[in-house]
Amino acid sequence: MSETTTGFDTGGIDTILARYDGFEGHLIGILHEVQKLYNYLPREALERVSEQTGFTLERLYSIATFYNFFSLEPRGKHVIRVCTGTACHVKGAPRVLQEIEERLEISSDETTPDGQFSIEHVHCVGTCSLAPVVVVDQDTHSHVKPSKVRALLKNYEDKG
Amino acid sequence: MAEFRSQFLQQGVDGRVQGRPCSCDIKQVGCRGFCARDLLVDVEVDGRTHTYQKVKKTYVKRIVQDHILLGEPVASWLVGDDYAQFHDQQEKILLAECGTVDPEDIDSYIEYHGYEGARKALGGMKPEEVIDEVTRSVLRGRGGGGFPAGRKWTSTRRAAGEPKYVICNADEGDPGAFMDRALLEGTPHAVIEGMLIGAYAVGSCEGFIYVRAEYTLAVERFQTALDQAYEHGFLGKDILGSGFDFDLSIRLGAGAFVCGEASALCMSIMDRIGTPWPKPPRLAEKGLWGKPTNVNNVETWANVPKIIRHGAEWFASIGTPKSTGTKIFSLVGKINNTGLVEVPMGISLRTIIEDIGGGIPKGKKFKAVQTGGPSGGCIPAEHLDSPVDFETLEELGSIMGSGGMVVMDEDTCMVDVAKYFVTFCRDESCGQCTPCRDGTAQMVQLLEDICEGRGTPEHITKLEQLSELATLGSLCGLGKAAANPVLSTLRFFRDEYDAHVNDKRCPGGVCKALHTLHINADLCTGCRVCAVACPVEAITGEKKQPHVIDNEICTRCGSCYDVCRFDAIYKE
Repeated sequence: MSETTTGFDTGGIDTILARYDGFEGHLIGILHEVQKLYNYLPREALERVSEQTGFTLERLYSIATFYNFFSLEPRGKHVIRVCTGTACHVKGAPRVLQEIEERLEISSDETTPDGQFSIEHVHCVGTCSLAPVVVVDQDTHSHVKPSKVRALLKNYEDKG
Repeated sequence: MAEFRSQFLQQGVDGRVQGRPCSCDIKQVGCRGFCARDLLVDVEVDGRTHTYQKVKKTYVKRIVQDHILLGEPVASWLVGDDYAQFHDQQEKILLAECGTVDPEDIDSYIEYHGYEGARKALGGMKPEEVIDEVTRSVLRGRGGGGFPAGRKWTSTRRAAGEPKYVICNADEGDPGAFMDRALLEGTPHAVIEGMLIGAYAVGSCEGFIYVRAEYTLAVERFQTALDQAYEHGFLGKDILGSGFDFDLSIRLGAGAFVCGEASALCMSIMDRIGTPWPKPPRLAEKGLWGKPTNVNNVETWANVPKIIRHGAEWFASIGTPKSTGTKIFSLVGKINNTGLVEVPMGISLRTIIEDIGGGIPKGKKFKAVQTGGPSGGCIPAEHLDSPVDFETLEELGSIMGSGGMVVMDEDTCMVDVAKYFVTFCRDESCGQCTPCRDGTAQMVQLLEDICEGRGTPEHITKLEQLSELATLGSLCGLGKAAANPVLSTLRFFRDEYDAHVNDKRCPGGVCKALHTLHINADLCTGCRVCAVACPVEAITGEKKQPHVIDNEICTRCGSCYDVCRFDAIYKE
């Protein structure tokens, strides 16, 4: 197991990187895999990636802050993505998002203090016939109305 | 999602036929487009096919027992007349095999003439002949630009520099568009075959497909298709014994709309942030890593195999002389038959919306159809008989775009729609051009003022000025076209802007500060459904007595308006 001086386990990162035959053209793919491992991109992880690949930490931070998918802050156990694409918008997505924000008492791009939920708004997941759509983890919820939000959240609270 | 539910369905059918032997072949197939009736299942018994709609797991046992074993289809679960209505006026070329071919089985694709276009091209045509065929077909880019594919391929072939690259732009960032997703999930080999033919034509040995990360199933299916294509010798070295080598791999996006712009996409593959670069030189001359690069959209590539198989004249005979072939549109929003429709170019908007789409739900009135995503515009009812082609949509202040078609009704606020799109562009701007970065931010501020009751006529003047600035001063299409939704809605829905600014009223009943909700006591039956739906308990009344909304408490969420079955709730 590889560790940094702070004790951060970077073994998983080394395993990911070992699968690549050269890193040019693969940075975003690598960061996707690293984020999947830790649920966000910790600084220590980015330092290890920089060390092993030769990409500067500055480059890694520019990628992590430019692309919506990446998070430098720990995300909740359950990540709620409210689709705000056009079809979802005209069918009431803003109200759904507002209802979720009010119930969890956080805003979009924030995580609840207990670490259970994060809200991210995504511009379109491409399932427009199911509008309004809310994706929680790997589950796609369709035709979501504000009145359905409480039950939807409870389902994940119960799962833990 | 239909794909996941179909997995459950297969488990339900396998082996559970009450002890009776049953030879049953279950196939998963790609999306045939009628998403409004998902889950669709075809059951073929002794050569006769019946189609079931909205199939649930609990239906499976009865379908197996009654239909498959006893030969009696369950009539009440079958598709109705609207199924034919949805399909009759479509012309399926790209989606033809979706519904029959298993996207995870290359042999299924080969069975339906898969890779015959590649065999023809690599087996007996010179690269220039392939380019000539595509040029004469007048195939234009389906991603939004509408640039002639043959001309782009010619430029790439002629460009100096090795290696050359071919790229499939599968970023599909336009909100409301999902036709590329359906093609990647439903017929990935058509895209691979198209890219193989294109690579051969331009002289490229390496290609990438850049897929947005949100499309996890598309990525999985495409990877499976790539693996199978390699195993069967359609990718790799000496393909089909032609001496031509071609490698193709996936690169993921990470949630940046601007990476749908070809040079920003290249930046992303090159491990950088997605900032577009100035052109000329075009990417065909200097693209990925400074080398000649041919970027085409998923749908563009998917058209190529059949153009080679059937010939340029066949393709050019469909559609209009300048907009040949078919186009897949994602028909979504306030429309009964939501889904993907593939129609010949030149068909009217009215045919798509009223005939194929089945009109507006709940008897509401059509207000506009938005085409072309954030770079597009809103087309009102008086232009519904316009043909859908590249030129006409531009004349109407919109664009074809990637094919998103969002239908809006009387409950849509057109100023809110403009605000929505400009906000989107502001959020997705890469930030390098001041007119785009700051221009969109300023436009959003102005539109928010208008929607929140602080608008003045000067706001509209400033919007027009900023629109011109952003259009002239931005480097890429995102900035240049960010003002289109504003200009389009100002052109056709000026009265709504005037109502917001002068009367402090939102005709669509959307802008919270500019409307209130009321209950018509003559129509209200006191059923209390609205009171239960209200998240802030703003509705009071006795059971079976007319109810009242307290507008001091009401947040204008609209839940009551949506659930009332008696049209007793109105906005003013």
